[in-house]
Amino acid sequence: MSGPSKYKPKSAFGKWMHERLPVMELVQGQIMDFPTPRNLNYWWTFGGILAIMLVAQLITGIVLAMHYTAHVDMAFDSVEHIMRDVNYGWLLRYLHANGASMFFIAVYVHMFRGMYYGSYKAPREVLWMIGVLIYLVMMATAFMGYVLPWGQMSFWGAKVITNLFSAIPFVGESVTTWLWGGYSVDNPTLNRFFSLHYLLPFVLAGLVGLHIWALHVPGNGNPTGVNVRGSQDTVPFHPYYTMKDGFAIVVFFILFAAFTFFAPNYLGHAINYLPANPLVTPAHIVPEWYYLPFYAILRAIPDKLLGVIAMFGSILILFVLPWLDTSRVRSGTYRPIFKQFFWVFVLVCIGLGYLGSKPAEGGYVFWARILTAYYFIHFLVILPLLGLLESPKPLPPSISDSVLAKKKAVGAG
Amino acid sequence: MSTAVHADVNRRDFLFIATGAVATVGAALTAWPFISQMNPDASVLALATIEVDLAPIAEGQEITLKWRGNPVFVRHRTAKEIEQAKAVKLEELVDPVARSANVKDGDPATDANRVVGGKENYLVMMGVCTHLGCVPFGNQGDYGVVEGHAKLGGWFCPCHGSHYDTAGRIRKGPAPENLFVPKYEYLSDTKILIG
Repeated sequence: MSGPSKYKPKSAFGKWMHERLPVMELVQGQIMDFPTPRNLNYWWTFGGILAIMLVAQLITGIVLAMHYTAHVDMAFDSVEHIMRDVNYGWLLRYLHANGASMFFIAVYVHMFRGMYYGSYKAPREVLWMIGVLIYLVMMATAFMGYVLPWGQMSFWGAKVITNLFSAIPFVGESVTTWLWGGYSVDNPTLNRFFSLHYLLPFVLAGLVGLHIWALHVPGNGNPTGVNVRGSQDTVPFHPYYTMKDGFAIVVFFILFAAFTFFAPNYLGHAINYLPANPLVTPAHIVPEWYYLPFYAILRAIPDKLLGVIAMFGSILILFVLPWLDTSRVRSGTYRPIFKQFFWVFVLVCIGLGYLGSKPAEGGYVFWARILTAYYFIHFLVILPLLGLLESPKPLPPSISDSVLAKKKAVGAG
Repeated sequence: MSTAVHADVNRRDFLFIATGAVATVGAALTAWPFISQMNPDASVLALATIEVDLAPIAEGQEITLKWRGNPVFVRHRTAKEIEQAKAVKLEELVDPVARSANVKDGDPATDANRVVGGKENYLVMMGVCTHLGCVPFGNQGDYGVVEGHAKLGGWFCPCHGSHYDTAGRIRKGPAPENLFVPKYEYLSDTKILIG
C-alpha cells in the first residue's frame, strides 16, 4: 500500500526542506493520503483513541511528577499535597488516575475488535504481536503507577504482585529480593518504580510507532476481512478518518470527563487513602479492575507455581493466537459459529473479572476454575477445531461491492 | 592474495572472532554494576538485628515487630496450642520441612524444630505468608485451638485463604511452605536477638 509517494513540495521552503529532511513526504504519504478501506466502522476508531490517551497520560504524568516525592515517608503526603494545595492538582491527578482506566477500556475494545474481525491473521501477525507487547508494557506501567501514592492498596498490591516472581523454582527468592532492593517492598522499591513508571510510557510510544509501521505495510484490515483490490475500495485517511476518529475521540472524552468530574474515585479503592502499613494487610486485597480476570485465574489454581504460570500463560497465549486460529476467513461476520463462541468468550472474560473482585472462597473459586478452564479451551481447542469444521458464509467479491450492496439494500427498503 | 586463500580460515577470521569475544565479555562485565545496583544496599543490610524482651508478653498474647521491613510474630503459646501442634503427625503436613534458620536445612517440621532451645512456649516466625507475602491474621483459620466461640493460635491469610496451625505450619490453601522461622538466639531466659 505504501507505494512511491506523490508528494510534491509547493513552496520554495518546502522544496528546500524536502531535499534535506523529507518529513512532509512522510506525513503526506502515511497520514494525509494513506489509502484506508472505505468501510471501517466505529470499532476501528479505538486505535486513534488509544494514541490520544497515551498522549494524555504522558502530559498529566509529566506534570504530576513535578509535584510528587518518591520517598516512603513523603509519597503519600505529596499526593495529598497535589490534591489540596497544587493549583488544579486535584484535576490533574483525577485525569491521570481515571485516564489509566480509560486507556484500558479502549485497549480491551481494540483487542476484542481484533479478535472478532481476525485482525491478527496473515499478513498482520507481527502487528498483532507488537500489540500484545504494548498491552504487557501498559500493564507494567499501570501497576507501578498505582504503587506511587503509597497507600495501603499500593503497598500490598506491590507486595503480592512482586511475590509472584518468588514462585520461580530455585532463584525465585533472589529475584524478588533483587526487584525490591531489600527484604520487603520498601523505599528502594518505590524509587525504582517511579523511575520505571516515568520511562515505560516512552517505551510504549516507541512500540506504538512500530505498531503503526507494521500496520502501514499491509494497510488496515476491514469489517469484511476482504483484501483491498484497488483505489475504488479506499479513501484517503484525511479528511475521512481524521474526522471519524476525531468524532469518536470527542464521544470517548465525554465518558472520560464523566468519570473524572462526577465519579473520580469510583474505579479506585477507598483503602488506598490510608497510608501504607507494612505490618497490616487489608482484609480484602483486589487489584485495579483491569487486572481482575487475570487475578481470578491466579487464584483459581490451588498451587502457587501453577497459578502464576496460568496467569502469565493467559496473556502470553495471545502471542500465538494467529497460529491457533486455523480459519482462513478473517472476519467473524462470515463465521456463524465462531461469532457465537466469540461472544461466549467475551462473557467469560467479564465473568472472570467479576470473580476476581470477590473473595477467594466457596462458590467463587468453583466458578473461577470453570471459567479459567474455558478461557484456555477457547484458545487451545475451540479456535483450532472451528477453523477446520465450520463452513463460513460466502465472502463479498470486494469491499466496494459489499458497501454498494448495503447501500442498495437501504435504498430498496 | 587469491580468492582461494579467502575461503580458508585466515588471520582476519581469527581477529574477527577474538574482537567479538572481547566485546561480548566487556559488555557483560559493564552490565553487571547496572544489575547489581538493584540488590539490597549497605544501609539495608546494616539493619539486620533486633533485640526482643519476651517477659511482658502474657500467655496467649502475640506481638508483631518489624524486622528488615517485614513483620515478625512473637507468640507466647498456651499449653493447649503446644499440645495440639505436637499431636500432628508429619504425614499430615503439606510441607514436612521445618523452614527454620535455627535447624539444618531439610530437618522435619516437628514442633520442637519450629522453636529454639526447647522453649516451646515462645513461637517466633516471619508474619509473611509464603504464598504472596501478605500478613496472616492470628487466632483465625481452621487449625487454631477452639475454646467455645473463641479461637486461640493458628493463622489465616486473608488474601488467598491459606490456613496455618498453632506451630505456623501450612495446612490448607495455596501457600507452599510453613511460615519461615528467622535466625534468633536466647540472650537470657526472656530476651532474644533476631538476625
